[in-house]
Amino acid sequence: MSFFLGHYAYWFIIGLLLIGFYAIIFKRNLVKQVIGLSIFQTSIILFWVASAVKWNATVPIYDPAFPLEETANYINPLPHTLMLTAIVVGVATLGVAFALLITIYKHYKTLDEEELIKEMKRW
Amino acid sequence: MNDLTYVSHIPLFVVLVSMAAVPLILASSRKPNLRETWTLLAAGTKFLLVFSLLPGALEGRSAVLHLLEISPGVDLALKADPFGVFFALISSSLWIFTSFYSIGYVRGNNEHKQTRYFASFAMCLSATMGIAFSANLLTFIVFYEMLTISTYPLVIHKETPESISGGRQYLLYTLTAGLFLIAAAAWTYQLTGTMDFKAGGLFAGTSFPGSTMTVLFFLFLAGVGVKAAIMPLHSWLPTAMVAPTPVSALLHAVAVVKSGVFGVIRVVGFVFGPEVMAAYGLNIILAIFAGTTILVASLIAFRQDNLKRRLAYSTIGHLSYIVLGAALLSPSGFTGGMLHIATHATMKITLFFCAGAIYVNLHRENISQLNGIGKIMPWTMGAFAIGSLGLAGVPPVNGFVSKWFLALGALEADHLVVLGIYVLSGLLNAGYFFPIVHRAFFREGEHLEGHGEASTLMVVPLVITAMLSVLIGVRPDLFFHFYELASLIAQSLTGGLL
Amino acid sequence: MVENAPVLIPVIYLAACLLIGLTRLRYRWLAYPMALAANVLASATALGILYHVTRYGSFNYYFGGWIPPIGIEYVIDPLSAFVLTVINIVAGLVLYHSLNVNRLELGRKVVPYYSVAMLLMLGLNGIVLTGDFFNLFVFLEISSLASYGLIAVGERGSAFAAFRYLILGTVGASFYLLGLGFLHLNTGSLNMADLAAIIPNLEFGKDPAIVIALVMMTVGICIKMAIFPLHGWLPDAYTLAPSTSSALIAPIGTKVASYILIRTLFFVYGVDLVSEGIPVTTILGWLSAIGIIYGSILAIAQSELKRMLAYSSIAQIGYIGLGISMANPLGFIGAVLHVLNHAFMKACLFLVAANLRTQMGHSDISRFDDSYRVKMPWTMAAFTTAAISMVGLPPLAGFFSKWYLALATIENSQWVFLAVILISSLLNAVYFFRVIEKVYMKSPSGVADGAGAGNDPAQFGSGEPTSSMVIPVLVFAAALLLIGIFNALIVTTLIQPMMPPGM
Repeated sequence: MSFFLGHYAYWFIIGLLLIGFYAIIFKRNLVKQVIGLSIFQTSIILFWVASAVKWNATVPIYDPAFPLEETANYINPLPHTLMLTAIVVGVATLGVAFALLITIYKHYKTLDEEELIKEMKRW
Repeated sequence: MNDLTYVSHIPLFVVLVSMAAVPLILASSRKPNLRETWTLLAAGTKFLLVFSLLPGALEGRSAVLHLLEISPGVDLALKADPFGVFFALISSSLWIFTSFYSIGYVRGNNEHKQTRYFASFAMCLSATMGIAFSANLLTFIVFYEMLTISTYPLVIHKETPESISGGRQYLLYTLTAGLFLIAAAAWTYQLTGTMDFKAGGLFAGTSFPGSTMTVLFFLFLAGVGVKAAIMPLHSWLPTAMVAPTPVSALLHAVAVVKSGVFGVIRVVGFVFGPEVMAAYGLNIILAIFAGTTILVASLIAFRQDNLKRRLAYSTIGHLSYIVLGAALLSPSGFTGGMLHIATHATMKITLFFCAGAIYVNLHRENISQLNGIGKIMPWTMGAFAIGSLGLAGVPPVNGFVSKWFLALGALEADHLVVLGIYVLSGLLNAGYFFPIVHRAFFREGEHLEGHGEASTLMVVPLVITAMLSVLIGVRPDLFFHFYELASLIAQSLTGGLL
Repeated sequence: MVENAPVLIPVIYLAACLLIGLTRLRYRWLAYPMALAANVLASATALGILYHVTRYGSFNYYFGGWIPPIGIEYVIDPLSAFVLTVINIVAGLVLYHSLNVNRLELGRKVVPYYSVAMLLMLGLNGIVLTGDFFNLFVFLEISSLASYGLIAVGERGSAFAAFRYLILGTVGASFYLLGLGFLHLNTGSLNMADLAAIIPNLEFGKDPAIVIALVMMTVGICIKMAIFPLHGWLPDAYTLAPSTSSALIAPIGTKVASYILIRTLFFVYGVDLVSEGIPVTTILGWLSAIGIIYGSILAIAQSELKRMLAYSSIAQIGYIGLGISMANPLGFIGAVLHVLNHAFMKACLFLVAANLRTQMGHSDISRFDDSYRVKMPWTMAAFTTAAISMVGLPPLAGFFSKWYLALATIENSQWVFLAVILISSLLNAVYFFRVIEKVYMKSPSGVADGAGAGNDPAQFGSGEPTSSMVIPVLVFAAALLLIGIFNALIVTTLIQPMMPPGM
């Protein structure tokens, strides 16, 4: 039981991940797929961020209250900074995705996946 | 057995000379005479080069050349050992005749795409020489596949739906065979760490589980057996007869199918070796396949009305003569088998040349239409008669010589069944060839007025090959020392066994 | 000088990307020469690096002087130098070829096209160079985003194909990132060399996190690599993309993904772990084998040349996967050699398709006939060479990678895989000879088929295209022969030194 409670953040993240995955696979509307993709990515970013959380520790800026010898007092900044990059990557992907969606809509006047597949076959 | 080798570039030149002719032929596509000059020049040069290797081969020495490493530890290497020289001599000498004949044929028939025809032909011969001089399995495979590809344009030359489907079948069979061969070679390499052909077998002195060796042998057999047209892998050959006759003549009586048989002997004598073959009972398997093929093919030949198809089935039968000879594993069996490569080549090429001459001259392909043509084409049909006699094994034509040794081999190995097969099939051969000769000379023909012999370019080669058949029959060691070479090789192969 | 060379390549491409963007304001014609110049510089650098590595061994470049695992490093070892050279040279020839095709197919989008192509090259080169897993992720996304863009500028429907690729590709990258998170959580490092030292000390029985990390990362990479059954994005994307994009992405995009797979499995997790500890390679092997057969059979069913090539790509990627999955030296040689061979073969074939589209206005196999050979003898000769190489006939390059793969399967006694390799060669023969037969033998039907959609004969030239389009095709074809003949040289001098530790 404590295993479940102790890792509640991770369960939340797994839930989020599955929601995103569900949307990507089962939603017919392409915009909803993009939303799902975004949720999926965010859950992974949260996973990284959560993994670096440390109670009773401080940001990695020197503070006389926390002696340097005890590095355990400081949070590892690396995962957080990496995720900044990952967020940027995600945003870029989102941008490209929407650009593609606009093009698709201009061409076909629809964003419904099954109709698009039909269109593609007919062509 | 002295195992002398010497380094020489001649084998390489032999391979390259006709390959070098390909671009020249392509470049002079608009000047037919110049183009044909290249072909003839290449053919002549090639023959002379091969001939220059003969003295060395007769002393049992091999010209070797390591070109480059083609796979770590395995070289692309040429080795003109006596057996290779033997095969190269036959192919290159017959190429000269075929070249003359081809020129007469394609011009007489107004064939299209003659440039492609001659270029592919030259390429084929390069590949055949490469096969003859391969020093190891990988080199052999390289040239074997090259032969497959360069023969394809010749098979489909007519570009009719029939020939295209024939070409497809040809590719299907030969490419599949190539894959089996690749698998077999790769496996051999993993087992022994070498791929070099060695008289007496590269497996000699090794011991692997019987099942491994049997499966491996079947892989090899499927690999080389397709080109050797061992039943049930033969059906591409009759279909491929849609090709122009000179192609059938050289490729389906000499180069392609003989490469297959050459491969079988390489596998039997140089990869497995007689000892290993006998130890695992592999020769029995081979003999059963070959024996069945001889009889069945001869029987099917009876039913063919199309002349070329009858010749094709006869070829299938005769190829298995050679395979059966090798399967006997006795010195005379090998000698006879190898001699039969040479003798069958001269005889069968004569017959194909005759079929082509009849086709160009009269546009007749079926045996039932051949009544009385002996009167207007005496030279052609005379040569045909000689070839037929030879294939049935009647002395003094050379077919008798090789059959004699094959029969001796059967006795040596104490396989009376095999002897029976040879005798029976000789009778069958007589049975399906003599009626043709009979029709040509002793029946009254129709619509033959105004036709004479075919063009000189076609008749002269076929008369020469027929004469060659008789000459070799009388004096097997004339010019080429075929008998001496064959017995030399047989000794080197079976030296350990006896 | 040479120690700074690795970083030069991404910098060159980045600069070219930005500068080409500027040409949009004026001097639009400069885009093509600039892209070409950037590539020539990068290729020369790559060749220099390759020479240096073969001669003097591996070296590293530390960013900002920070020593790893703190800082990011570029690692130049024989493997990365080799892949680097291959992708730059292939891309160079494709770019050289691209001018007229792009003018025809892209019109005013040419400038952004070259800009994005530079971005793609930046990403791919970065992936190959970097020695840091997170850095690799960033480059992976750069190259992926660029390829979505390159695909989407194609004909009708390409935007949708690109979108599907985007969804799958991003999911793949996310899986990779998730796996990396697990890895980082357990090891605290992102540096490949560092991780390779740490991982063997972990106890796998007690620590499923490493297994999860490995599986997630492999799945992510396999999506990018289009290993069956994760190949769904590939056929449409390759078919509908503009001709030069397919020729650019098909030969090198998936090859770089296979590079990541080799790097991750063998150099970080270690040969023993992936082949014995966790059955990753076993699963990979079976999937690859199914992919080979599946791709080949579907290729036979296609009537559009580019789509046929796309399915054939799935099969060829399977060969690489199969070679990796053997986890023995011969399989490794086969896989790496096939990376090279397939890059050249596919580039050649896609360029032929591009030539056909420019000159004939289509690449529909059912409409091929004799006249194509008469009009475009060189292009068709190159096609035939590449096709025979794909079938795997000696002495062309394709035979030898299959040869090593066959040796590898025999060494592992994997008879099924041996059969798969052989059968697929036959299937390759079926779909390529179908085309060759048409091109060399089918006489043109007398009926004028001007009715074909968008097929104005006046718009398309007849005969061979310009030399800039024929030369690269011929170079690729000739290279296939040379690679085949000198494959032993390549294997001994280039591939054997890159053998991963413990193999």
